[in-house]
Amino acid sequence: MSDIDEELRSELQRQGIWVTSMQELYNWGRKNSIWPLQFGLACCAIEMIATAASRYDIARFGGEIFRPSPRQADLMIVAGTVTKKMAPQIVRLYNQMPDPKYVISMGACAISGGPFKQGYNVLKGIDRYIPVDVYIPGCPPRPEALLHAFMELQRKIDEQKLTGAGKAAHLDRTHPSEFPVPAFGAHDLEPAANADVFRPMKIERT
Amino acid sequence: MMDSPEQIKTRIESAVPGAKIDIVLNGSPSQQSSLLIDKEHARQIAQFLRDDAALRLDFCSNVTGMDWLDRVVTKKVIVKKIVEGEEKEAEETQQEKIPGYLEAVYHLYSIEHKHGPIIIRMRTNDRSAEAPLPSLTPIWRSAEFQEREIFDLYGIRFDGHPDLRRILMWDEFKDYPMRKDYRDPDDYEYEPTPHDDVLERAKQHYAPRPQLDGAENITAQP
Ligand code: SF4
Repeated sequence: MSDIDEELRSELQRQGIWVTSMQELYNWGRKNSIWPLQFGLACCAIEMIATAASRYDIARFGGEIFRPSPRQADLMIVAGTVTKKMAPQIVRLYNQMPDPKYVISMGACAISGGPFKQGYNVLKGIDRYIPVDVYIPGCPPRPEALLHAFMELQRKIDEQKLTGAGKAAHLDRTHPSEFPVPAFGAHDLEPAANADVFRPMKIERT
Repeated sequence: MMDSPEQIKTRIESAVPGAKIDIVLNGSPSQQSSLLIDKEHARQIAQFLRDDAALRLDFCSNVTGMDWLDRVVTKKVIVKKIVEGEEKEAEETQQEKIPGYLEAVYHLYSIEHKHGPIIIRMRTNDRSAEAPLPSLTPIWRSAEFQEREIFDLYGIRFDGHPDLRRILMWDEFKDYPMRKDYRDPDDYEYEPTPHDDVLERAKQHYAPRPQLDGAENITAQP
């Protein structure tokens, strides 16, 4: 695939010739048909349902086919509070999704534990165990925010490379597509976070 | 009109021989005093409360757990003292140690007579893990899940419960998170806006500030 000069391309387009690349075509197809996994965890799920229904209508962006099986889904929308009891199941569902797969972490709870952050029973963010592509802050985020995240994800898919150094994760054999499922321990999940995935910001304070 | 707790107490005592009942006063505006019943006769007392024609407390709406730590109560007492050969009354402060215990509180109503609540309590001997109390699920079926929840979060073992397992936490979990001395696991490594206790715990994860070499104090000379 060679890079084509943008000016030449638009010139050709004006003359009725449409030039594209394999990558563009491939990503265009993928990004306009994203099948989310159908599950909700807490109050944020209600907003997700509203987004899928007629008023906000995620079908306008090609994401209306909510699948009840992880084997048929490309997108996991973690919509709500992830309890520690539920976390292993979420990782297991993620592992069962075929590549390429993406994760949207929807709402304060899925990002960090949200209002239940200091609860003994709530996971402080799903990014402790699986990689997240788009985060949506809010409690709950409005359907428009979920649509925005969806469009962000589409932009991200559009930029993925098929070949070369920074190629997409699902085409890179060295990139893991499954992550270890945490075990139920005597006091907490074990491990409490997957160090290969979770990189908390280093805060410098005294 | 439903009987007062005092009347109910005397009626239970005549119906269930040997039952020991204390009235726990509630000084708040609700005035909802409760009956502290003894473990040994709890099942019989509960049966009486449910089946007695005048009370018919056929619905247990709520079961709550409580954790009371060891505490020291300071009291003023009047003691007789012999001062200079004369007996006098003097005020003295005494400290009483009350060992901790766990408590289960049941709120009872009558659907038939439309009255309630009558509140009964039971106390364990101590705060040990799986301190026993008799289960009242055989009397009020609605207590089943709530007693399981108390078992899960406070660690009271309800003897005679048909299916006593953890209900919210996983089976492998060992702690009792609602006890007052529970300390949650340390996952405070990333706290964007910590304060109070959270700040104290988050601090242990903070990287130390880089050593300053004094260059930041140099200001431009005019
Ligand atoms: S972020 Fe707010 S709305 Fe969403 S699941 Fe948590 S508490 Fe509910």
